[in-house]
Amino acid sequence: MFTAFFYLLKDKGLPVSLNEWMTLMEGLDRGLEHASLTGFYYLARAVLVKTEADYDRFDQAFLQYFKGIETVEELPQELLDWLSDPAPQADYDKDEVDRRMAELELEDLKRMLEERLAEQHERHDGGNRWIGTGGTSPFGHSGYNPKGIRIGGPGRNRSAIQIAGERNFRDFREDNTLDLRQFQIALRRLRQFSALDDGPKDVLDVDETIKETSDNAGQLSLVFTRERRNMVKLLLLFDSGGSMWPYSTLCTTLFQAVSKANHFKDLKVYYFHNCFYDKLYTTPGCYESHSIDTEWVLKNLGSDYKVIIVGDASMAPSELLSRGGNIYYWYGSSNEPGITWIRRFKDRYKKIAWLNPLSPWSWEHGYGSETIDYIRRELPMYQLTVEGLEQATKALVKAR
Amino acid sequence: MQDFKGSRDYVASDELMRSVNIAVALEKPLLIKGEPGTGKTVLAQAVADSLGKELIIWNIKSTTKAQDGLYVYDTVQRLYDSQFGTAGVDDIRRYIKLGKLGEAFSRDEQAVLLIDEIDKADLEFPNDLLWELDRMEFYIPETGDTVRAKQRPIVIITSNAEKELPDAFLRRCIFHYIAFPDAATMERIVRVHFDKLDDRLLHEVLVTFYAIRELRGLQKKPSTSEVLDWLQALQIGGVDPAKISKTVPFAGVLLKKNEDMAVLNQTLRSRGRI
Repeated sequence: MFTAFFYLLKDKGLPVSLNEWMTLMEGLDRGLEHASLTGFYYLARAVLVKTEADYDRFDQAFLQYFKGIETVEELPQELLDWLSDPAPQADYDKDEVDRRMAELELEDLKRMLEERLAEQHERHDGGNRWIGTGGTSPFGHSGYNPKGIRIGGPGRNRSAIQIAGERNFRDFREDNTLDLRQFQIALRRLRQFSALDDGPKDVLDVDETIKETSDNAGQLSLVFTRERRNMVKLLLLFDSGGSMWPYSTLCTTLFQAVSKANHFKDLKVYYFHNCFYDKLYTTPGCYESHSIDTEWVLKNLGSDYKVIIVGDASMAPSELLSRGGNIYYWYGSSNEPGITWIRRFKDRYKKIAWLNPLSPWSWEHGYGSETIDYIRRELPMYQLTVEGLEQATKALVKAR
Repeated sequence: MQDFKGSRDYVASDELMRSVNIAVALEKPLLIKGEPGTGKTVLAQAVADSLGKELIIWNIKSTTKAQDGLYVYDTVQRLYDSQFGTAGVDDIRRYIKLGKLGEAFSRDEQAVLLIDEIDKADLEFPNDLLWELDRMEFYIPETGDTVRAKQRPIVIITSNAEKELPDAFLRRCIFHYIAFPDAATMERIVRVHFDKLDDRLLHEVLVTFYAIRELRGLQKKPSTSEVLDWLQALQIGGVDPAKISKTVPFAGVLLKKNEDMAVLNQTLRSRGRI
């Protein structure tokens, strides 16, 4: 029963196992869905979905599979079809959208919506005018608009299709960028305990001591063991250049998460501007007075440091590739191209990852795609989201 | 089978009641996640009360080991006793003390077992309990006994998402995420806790409360328990409801961090209200 639904869920990236599927079947056998689709929705969700981050994927799959079982909309079906498969969020400038929308009242919006419904004849995603997804238009869903009208499932009574259609859990998706706490949790993965067969036995093993002592008829017999502690040392490099400005909140959040994480054996943070050369900076302002030699870092921070570089990797190609491309060149800096320094880091540190706040789409097509491409040939790049950070930390602790 | 329908003191959403009943019927542990202050821990009490069962609480701390929940072999006591030649030292059973899980197993009547804040413990902790929760039995090698559940307890597990739980563990659970209550549900929750409340006061309080939760840049959003405290403070202080959204009196009850107070004050200064 519903086997296609099972595969659809797997397609959507939900880690549903056969075990859980059998549990669902058992639940159905016992009539726990109370013969209603809404009941089935809750039963299936409770049994199959194990984190709120996946509620949204489940809602989408449910909508897709059970679409047409209940018709609830007065909007044209064609339109709903366009909306049922949302496009990823296109890049946008929040201020511009906010400004554009500031003047509009609800009445204006309703009038505009009626006009669009009359005029729109095809799918539009990622734009700022038509009903669609992933853009900054006030109509549709999965986009950004401070005043928009959400289209994609509102209705009078709450049937399962509508509950799923509301997609209330969209914000919990892990590919969204989320808050400080979730970054912290992702960072906790970044730990590697000292191996049990390594280091001195210098901690008293109380349990074993007691056991040995009682086996020894009460004569004291001490047992020592090795301490378990996190061995991870982290070196964090932040791009604080102008093109990073739109992502400052995101970077601050990551920075706070890292600095609050107290489980690292050592943590070093430096800043750079677009790309790093012979100087790194100890403050985000990148002033000469607060700089240290990159050579010093390479020499003094051992190769067991794990390195995370945060930056948009977008710059003029000459800054990365040309001799003297360094934007501080005229201030007496070295003339070695940035890519040389990136390779030096790569050679020195085996565990190194680049986090990019830009969406992977613009890695290929955006302004910085050329330099991003060069850097990706050298270093693994992940998007700066909770999911991206998790992937990066996983890669950083993986044994080679 | 009795169905859980919420209790007099506990307002459960329709979704939550469904999940509880599904977990009870399928005899699987119910894993509850949600923002702090959404009543995860209180739920177990409500379930136990409404089904008329005993509640056994196992509070998890960062040092808790899975073994602690099963049984503890009190070797130190045995060592002492052996030195003074107390009778019965050779009977290991005297020194085996059941943990909370063991207690729940040994009850003649079905009990409700709450494993509170499972994410506080070490990453491996949930995995160490897989067999016991699955089979509802465990083996004590010191005595050669097997402790088997006389009646399968209803297991409710709460998590604050401080750590990821292992997949193998998740596969065996029924999962429910408690969303933060909307204004209508919050009103019902508040009315459960207060006998008489001025409608206007309540309205102003809830509007202001949700507006504060929406403020950007808050490090810790106020939750249910804060709004209850705040209402009490406002009632005792006899504050004029009309002023609440403009001045947010006793804001310290809602916001516990200096940074958050600064965000609030800045908003009040620039907008003149919340």
